[in-house]
Amino acid sequence: MKYLHLIWAALFRRKTRTILTIVSIVAAFLLFGMLDSVRTAFETGSTSAVGARRLVTSSRYSIIQPLPQALQNRIAAIPGVRKVGYANWFGGIYQDPKNFVFSYAISPEYLDLYPEIELAPAQRKAFDATRTGAVVGRTLAKRYGWKIGDKIPLQSTIFPQKNGDKTWPMDIVGIFDVSKDAANGLDQALFFHWTYFNEANAYGQGTVGWYIDELSDPSQADQVANRIDALSANSPNETKTQTEQAFQASFAKQIGNIGLIVVGIMGAVFFTLVLLAGNTMAQAVRERTSELAVLKTIGFSRGSVLMMVLAEAVLLLVLGGLIGLGIAAALGPLVTKGSGGLVNLPSLGLSTWMTGMALMIVIGLLVGVLPALRGMRLNIVDALAGR
Amino acid sequence: MATLIDIRDVSKTYTRGKQKVEVLHHIDLQVAEGDFLALMGPSGSGKTTLLNLIGGLDVPTGGSITVGDKRIDQLGAGALARWRASNVGFIFQFYNLMPMLTAQRNVELPLLLTKLSAAQRKRNAGIALKLVGLEERVTHKPSELSGGQQQRVAIARAIVSDPTLLVCDEPTGDLDRESAEDVLGLLRTLNREHGKTIVMVTHDPKAAEYADHVLHLDKGMLVEQATV
Ligand SMILES: Nc1ncnc2c1ncn2[C@@H]1O[C@H](COP(=O)(O)OP(=O)(O)OP(=O)(O)O)[C@@H](O)[C@H]1O
Ligand SMILES: [Mg+2]
Repeated sequence: MKYLHLIWAALFRRKTRTILTIVSIVAAFLLFGMLDSVRTAFETGSTSAVGARRLVTSSRYSIIQPLPQALQNRIAAIPGVRKVGYANWFGGIYQDPKNFVFSYAISPEYLDLYPEIELAPAQRKAFDATRTGAVVGRTLAKRYGWKIGDKIPLQSTIFPQKNGDKTWPMDIVGIFDVSKDAANGLDQALFFHWTYFNEANAYGQGTVGWYIDELSDPSQADQVANRIDALSANSPNETKTQTEQAFQASFAKQIGNIGLIVVGIMGAVFFTLVLLAGNTMAQAVRERTSELAVLKTIGFSRGSVLMMVLAEAVLLLVLGGLIGLGIAAALGPLVTKGSGGLVNLPSLGLSTWMTGMALMIVIGLLVGVLPALRGMRLNIVDALAGR
Repeated sequence: MATLIDIRDVSKTYTRGKQKVEVLHHIDLQVAEGDFLALMGPSGSGKTTLLNLIGGLDVPTGGSITVGDKRIDQLGAGALARWRASNVGFIFQFYNLMPMLTAQRNVELPLLLTKLSAAQRKRNAGIALKLVGLEERVTHKPSELSGGQQQRVAIARAIVSDPTLLVCDEPTGDLDRESAEDVLGLLRTLNREHGKTIVMVTHDPKAAEYADHVLHLDKGMLVEQATV
């Protein structure tokens, strides 16, 4: 620790070069922080369903493959299942293709399955009574200035009506709030009646996207999931019942294996970083040959010279890395807020910080080891004579 | 007076590739405690090589070197480093200060190897800088000091841990006459009043006049001259 000022001074001996190197380390760790938190957000959700209050049943093969609506009563009859609802993805857009609306066609029970959706009883009544009625989250309503009583032309990117028209008129009959424990993005959702969707829809009549199963005993989740899937075993519509988190994760896997993408991108970035920071350190030590020789002359041991150069490299990485992760941590909530929640960047989790710190230290050691060995082996007499 | 440095039959051979060059040939030399010795000789005669052996920066190929009561030619790298830290102060032609550190931090460097607290290190560095007449310059970096002042900071660094022996390789080689005389006067004070034994390599006969004895080295062999 008493060598810290020496290490610090050595690091900033060439200010511009060190700052440029730190900037690239900041950039690399900023990217890492954002990508890794996205990855963790997608990959959480254990394989065990134990403890879940609700399960999601979808097609075993692909979540875009629909299931027969007739399955509802059969699932509901299974012991341990209290209530079953279903939903269908609608793929809504409003006025412009970039105005994406998370919209779902839902069964009558659906809103009861989600107590986190807080809808005034009068509005709920109006929703049940209106065939083309829709309820929307407050954040979504705010974004487009929708009020109760508005008639909106919601378009589907996927489903045309029977007459070929892709525009589905809907009446806003309710605006809901969500409780604190609600899943991300729920306050931006739009829900309307599956019956309306099913009657007017040109394809896929009588089918649903997925079922939501409410359990009477969360500790029995694994067994109940197996019983539900047994219903359609060996049929063309085999199902897979899992927790909501696992379901969301498989939704994300449609896009690709996020973990692999993150590892791939970061591998390339960190490889470049090792070369860059390694070059900085090698140059820094070469320039300081005579200074290191003086330290050794004075009586600094080979080991302490080795440690000082290693510490310098690790300090370089930790400095840039912490700034990068710090910016990533600050940026996540900022982007989420700035986009009105449309882009949802999760904040950095502990695991991202820990992995980041480990990476900083490992890369620091990697980058420092050759220059440090060089410094350690330096021959005093030759170095002093400039040989 | 007691002998501080006892060099017996010392040879030094450098191997460069397949070629072997014997730079020092069977040197015998005794330096008394409290002596101020100047080493002169033509370029390439082996002055720096001999000085490095005396200071424990290098080990001889043959012969023995005893400083105080220690056979330093038999020490390993680690033990030699520890021995240097507490017994020798080094002064070079080009000062060799750390450019990023203030005068005080430069002088403190050898004290980092001791058990002294930060406050004690600072105090001792202050005393050493005062001794070389630079108490006003403690916060200056080397680039803000003249050559003579930088060399005096280097002298403060060499004496701060109170070694018995100072080895100086052309300490005035890069200085103008006036600064050179300041530095030489300082070395003489350290020798006379603080009892430091000094071995100094120099090309400059005027500088050699400050020493008690002058030895000439020629092609790796010692040629003694009359005491100045
Ligand atoms: N590490 C080394 N490897 C090979 N040869 C060396 C080495 N160190 C010194 N020499 C050779 O040994 C001889 C003496 O060198 P040394 O540096 O001791 O001379 P010097 O008397 O100090 O000269 P100068 O007055 O120029 O400083 C020179 O010929 C030099 O080339
Ligand atoms: Mg020399």
